[in-house]
Amino acid sequence: MEAAELWEIAWRSLWVAGVATLLAALPAVPLGLWLALRGGGGAWGRMLLYAGMALPPVVVGLFLYLLLSRSGPLGFLGLLYTPYAMVLAEAILAFPLIAAFVLSGARARVEEVRLLVRSLGGTEAQVFPTLFWESRRTLAAALAAGFGGAISEVGAATLVGGDIRHHTRVLTTAIVVETRKGELEAALALGMVLMGIALLVTGLLVILERE
Amino acid sequence: MRPVLWAKGLFHRHGTFRLEVEDLKVYPGEILAVLGPSGSGKTTLLRLLAGLFQPERGRVEGGRAAYLPQAPPLLRRSVLENAAFGLRLQGVAKREAWERARRLLARVGLAEKARQPAHLLSGGEAVRLALARTLLVETEVLLLDEPTASLDPANVAQVEALLAEAALEGRAVILATHDLFQAKRLAKRVVFLYLGQVVEEGEAKAFFQNPKDPRTQAFLQGRLLP
Repeated sequence: MEAAELWEIAWRSLWVAGVATLLAALPAVPLGLWLALRGGGGAWGRMLLYAGMALPPVVVGLFLYLLLSRSGPLGFLGLLYTPYAMVLAEAILAFPLIAAFVLSGARARVEEVRLLVRSLGGTEAQVFPTLFWESRRTLAAALAAGFGGAISEVGAATLVGGDIRHHTRVLTTAIVVETRKGELEAALALGMVLMGIALLVTGLLVILERE
Repeated sequence: MRPVLWAKGLFHRHGTFRLEVEDLKVYPGEILAVLGPSGSGKTTLLRLLAGLFQPERGRVEGGRAAYLPQAPPLLRRSVLENAAFGLRLQGVAKREAWERARRLLARVGLAEKARQPAHLLSGGEAVRLALARTLLVETEVLLLDEPTASLDPANVAQVEALLAEAALEGRAVILATHDLFQAKRLAKRVVFLYLGQVVEEGEAKAFFQNPKDPRTQAFLQGRLLP
């Protein structure tokens, strides 16, 4: 594999996982905070969320495949075998991870934040933005978990992306291909790049966490 | 004089604990000490007056109140941002809130630490910061739950001076404390709570010199109550 192709695949992996993480975070962060403000969402709500963390990527990929395939209800969108389908799949997998992390972190702070805001004459509506800002360290950890889950995912990405060279091939699917071909050196190089990206992004999030 | 805060027929239940306060008035510019052994309901009363707890019966009428909890939480922000937080909640512009916070931080000896993260403060400094934050909020009533419990004598004197000043400015201060000397020094009136009931209430001088109820007498003499 040429260096140019390797960087193309690496960039696509970063783009797909990054956009998927942000897409998942948009509803997951408010949901996690909202559940924390409402006593944690109850045992069933938490169980459902935590079960979502264990969603098998291949099953998610299969459902998405059925939705996006030409005969599926969303087939008219023409998203199957595009990076956008991979973004969708990875966002679905990152969503419960991010929401659960935010819920867990915010739950630990919600009572004292509420007490503080209300004791100074603030309203219940002012608790939410304060809790959001006070949970920002958890947010960094949640995003790191979501991104880690998304970039390391292979099953759903293969099913809905198709591992098409120069189009939907990402680091994880490329590693599988190269290993099958017996190109272990190339597979190892791809693995190192994947590890490097994961470390770089989580390192940036740790810096953000430290403010 | 019209009371600035008036609790009427309050009844609150929390597990097996019950608090009943038939009639409690607080007037502008006075410091009211709330005394009582641990578990007598001082914190519950203050939280009811602050509107943090909803009573099962009765109501609290009057002006806006700010409450300082016994273990005041600090935000993961700078000392200055913590001090200005209440004002920001009230919609005061950032520049003005910070300016007023800076002035009060200087009064409580924290001016030089304004920029540092609040979590680096010592216990005593954290309490002074929380007190400054509470004092800055524009309210007619201050509800303070043992604000000097963890402070050294110099800091206690500083805090007491601020409370006396707040009262002189016309704010009503309701102070829950275990420090009888502090209550003697500061309070105009005293309420003594025992097992969720107001056992005795009156002018501070008469309360300390001539307590009427045997439970108050026992408490003031440092005897354990059943």
